[in-house]
Amino acid sequence: MSFTTFLQQCLTGISLGGAYALIAIGYTLVYGILRLINFAHGDIFMMAGYFMIFAMASLPWYIAIVVVLIVTVLLGISIEHVAYRPLRNAPRMSVMISAIGVSYLLQNLATYLFTALPKGYPEIPFLKKIFQIGGLSASFVTFLTPVITLIVVYALITLIHKTKIGMAMRAVSKDYDTAALMGIKINRVITFTFAVGSLLAAIGSILYFTDRMTVFPFSGSLPGLKCFVAAVFGGIGSIPGAVIGGFILGLGETALVAMGYSTFSDAFTFVLLIVILLIKPTGLFGEKTTDKV
Amino acid sequence: MKLRKVLALTMAASMSLGLLAGCSSSGSSSGGNSSTGGDKVIKIGVFEPTTGENGGGGYQEMLGMRYANQQHPTVTIGGEEYTVKLVEVDNKSDKTEAVNAAQKLVSEKVSVVLGSYGSGVSIAAGQIFADAKIPAIGASCTNPQVTQGNDYYFRVCFLDPFQGTVMANYAIDNNMKTAAVITQLGDDYSSGLGSFFKNAFQNHGGTLVSEEQFQTNQTDFKAILTNIKAQNPDIIFAPSSITTAPLIIKQARELGITSVIAAGDTWENSTIIENAGASAEGVVISTFFDEAEPANDEAAAFITGFKTYLKDNKQEEIIPAVSALGYDSYLCAIAAIEKAGSTDGTAIMEALNGVSIDGVTGSISFDENGDAKKDMAFIKTIENSAFKFLTTTTVK
Amino acid sequence: MKNTKNNRTIKYKLYSLGALLVTLLILGFLQVNSSQYSYQISILERSAIYAVVAVSMNLLTGFTGLFSLGQAGFMAIGAYIVAILTIPVEQRASVYYVNGISPAIANLQCPFWLALIIAGLVAAGIAALMGIPVLRLKSDYLAIATLGFSEIIRAVIAAPQLDRITNGSYGLKSIPGFPNLFVAFGLCALCILLMVLLINSSYGRVFKAIREDEIAAQAMGLNLFRYKQMAFIISSFFTGIGGGLLAMFMRSIDSKTFSINLTYDILLIVVLGGIGSITGSVLGAFLVTAGREWLRFFDNPLYIGGIQIPLFRSGFRMVVFSILLMVVVLFYSRGIMGNNEFSWAGLGRLVKGIPDRFTKKKQKGDNTL
Repeated sequence: MSFTTFLQQCLTGISLGGAYALIAIGYTLVYGILRLINFAHGDIFMMAGYFMIFAMASLPWYIAIVVVLIVTVLLGISIEHVAYRPLRNAPRMSVMISAIGVSYLLQNLATYLFTALPKGYPEIPFLKKIFQIGGLSASFVTFLTPVITLIVVYALITLIHKTKIGMAMRAVSKDYDTAALMGIKINRVITFTFAVGSLLAAIGSILYFTDRMTVFPFSGSLPGLKCFVAAVFGGIGSIPGAVIGGFILGLGETALVAMGYSTFSDAFTFVLLIVILLIKPTGLFGEKTTDKV
Repeated sequence: MKLRKVLALTMAASMSLGLLAGCSSSGSSSGGNSSTGGDKVIKIGVFEPTTGENGGGGYQEMLGMRYANQQHPTVTIGGEEYTVKLVEVDNKSDKTEAVNAAQKLVSEKVSVVLGSYGSGVSIAAGQIFADAKIPAIGASCTNPQVTQGNDYYFRVCFLDPFQGTVMANYAIDNNMKTAAVITQLGDDYSSGLGSFFKNAFQNHGGTLVSEEQFQTNQTDFKAILTNIKAQNPDIIFAPSSITTAPLIIKQARELGITSVIAAGDTWENSTIIENAGASAEGVVISTFFDEAEPANDEAAAFITGFKTYLKDNKQEEIIPAVSALGYDSYLCAIAAIEKAGSTDGTAIMEALNGVSIDGVTGSISFDENGDAKKDMAFIKTIENSAFKFLTTTTVK
Repeated sequence: MKNTKNNRTIKYKLYSLGALLVTLLILGFLQVNSSQYSYQISILERSAIYAVVAVSMNLLTGFTGLFSLGQAGFMAIGAYIVAILTIPVEQRASVYYVNGISPAIANLQCPFWLALIIAGLVAAGIAALMGIPVLRLKSDYLAIATLGFSEIIRAVIAAPQLDRITNGSYGLKSIPGFPNLFVAFGLCALCILLMVLLINSSYGRVFKAIREDEIAAQAMGLNLFRYKQMAFIISSFFTGIGGGLLAMFMRSIDSKTFSINLTYDILLIVVLGGIGSITGSVLGAFLVTAGREWLRFFDNPLYIGGIQIPLFRSGFRMVVFSILLMVVVLFYSRGIMGNNEFSWAGLGRLVKGIPDRFTKKKQKGDNTL
């Protein structure tokens, strides 16, 4: 493998990792607060892709992006309201089944509304501009993805550590009942968490699909699972952990494919999950608690 | 306790039987004007996916069959005129569903089955048709396994080994010395065609520089394509479903790969041009049929007539190759029924072995495996956002 | 008092015997007219096979409280073992037409019942190995890890490196089917019966203890890991057999059949039937499988008085299905049967209760079943 090829592969891996990281944060936030794997998160990401297709059909891109972000956030909040809130005191298994149900519903709904055939993702001209540096060739979005990821993570960490709502989120994730006793409006915090998670899924979706160009009803399911693994790997509840998990996953997967083991690129994700759960169940940056795993 | 269990089973069984009874009688019949002719009816099963990943292609193939039924609504058996009634079932591009769908045709007592788009479902249903002694005529299922070891399965299209060889010949003829092959794991069409291309290409003196696989539902091909780019092959052969085609094409061009991208018959679908846009220019495919080159009078009549039919059905006025094959499979069925002079499956099967017709995709007769003896494929390329006829090739 | 109870028991036994006879008669009738009813038969067979897998999932999820999503993987193992062991030797060359067959398995053949047992044992063996790391995890982590394992199994089966054994991407065909209906349904009934016996044994009570409260169960001196491992292995054994039966039903398989969606289908059956009820799972399997066929009309355009109803088109059926699942999860989380089992007495109460329910419906809410 020549050096150029190596660099090109690294670029692919980092860009993929950036998109993974954005989705993984959504999982980490929700899991940190509700102790729930939001199986539907990957499908929210997929729906954001479809929203973009329809928004771009009639609006200029800068307005379309805003519309997509808003609609996706609304979708995330309403899913929480309809499918998770009524089950707040139900056994965890019911909530998980509900999450799987939502994911199943979104996929089938997308198949019904938009057919199973792939739809082309609209191009935002400046993002798709192709850059040639030496032997490297990639569109602008490939370079942009990791940068946006880092900016978003910085903003999010500031939000969580410097604002009141961020403090409430931390309190709820530490101890649900005590937080409620202290007068924190749990439902408001949860809604806010879902809104932030969905917002990141929408941003991730724009970056991911602009780079990959087509959306179909199942395009969210596997990335979704992988990003959950990334979140667990980094330590569930930890934002820097999710980001590092996302990048490791993106790079590892690309490396495996580059070496000719594409058969096992999906398997790699899950092997990683099992290994980390056995060695360090709290993940790389997870806090030490006794009852998480 | 055991009794209780059995009981529960009975309950459920009888309940579901009740449910089934409701729908079993309402097999969807369709299309065309099947009201002419006498009281005698012969049923022909249409076994196609109209939903699932191959739903689009299956529908196009079915349109061809419906149109054929409209053109030839009756068949003469032993001096009596029978009306042909099409019984359509949806196999949903899924093997498990295909079993149920095939059984539905068997219980409808069809005499012949046409279809299906997608080899996997045809293979799954093949044994069911063989057990029920119902001959089946595949339209576009190109996998060798469909007819192999199955006396009751025939097909009117060419096979993957042939198609792979044709593409390899095309590459060699156009001075392409090095090739890369991309195939989809777990997909018999993609893996099979890829491996036949590889063998033929190497036998003709070409060099295979890279062989890559990807997972079903994978959307990121950059790692694979970067590897290929490093080898800089003359041609990239990437047989795959229409879902992945635009992704491969666009990502390859984005990475600055200039090699010719080629694939098999599945890529002859306008969604690829739609989704891949300008990047799709220059893609080369092999296919069964071309409307610019009618092979005979039947074909010429079909081309004008079917275009109107497509318009009536709110489809684009480009004749898909699979529709032509669907039409031909119906013609074969009719010819065999007349020759057999019977509605009995085994008699029709025996008659099919000796049938020879002039179909719209050329003359068709069957070899000992039940495959159409075809020695010609059409090569097309994408130019100015449309499929353009390039050349015909045969196997050397 | 005791006498009436005895009478009632005898009466119920007679009912059960009658039901068994009716079942056999129906099966016999279907067997004789199998060509005419082949469609209905194939749906019933598929339901019965799904019932086996659903009950085995319930054994784990409903009775032991372990939420595992690895069903598709174990079914794949079972299906491939049965296929490899039963495809007639003379047809193997044409099945492995691309890469040839590995000499190690080229002449390996055995009757289907033996193949099914081996399939179950292999699935159980793999479950035993898998259980060591995975069963240490709790709830959601366990679910995602088993889901991951199932995907790994699928990836391994499709891997080109194993082409000469599993035929990689090309799938296996020419698998012999069921000799007759009695074998198909008999095998399914036998599997379910064995699981029922297990659940009603002392082991079954241990499983339930673990489900109710792990810590309490541990305090009682139960070796948690051992019993969890046991439930996992037994469940996988029957899931493997279920996969083998599915292979015999389909007669041609490939790795794509065993995707996550298959697991979700089984989960839907278990949830609909009621988590923790075997009769529920069996009922669910028949209702869901038959319902899917029955609801096919949702996918076809519907005309009422010459006007096409716009909602009805391809894909609508699955939307209806997933909404149904959500409704069950959100509003009837107990499913059809909750965690009750079928009994004649229960049926009697239900039938008698129907008129009451209609009259009381307006005054009371619901939930008197």
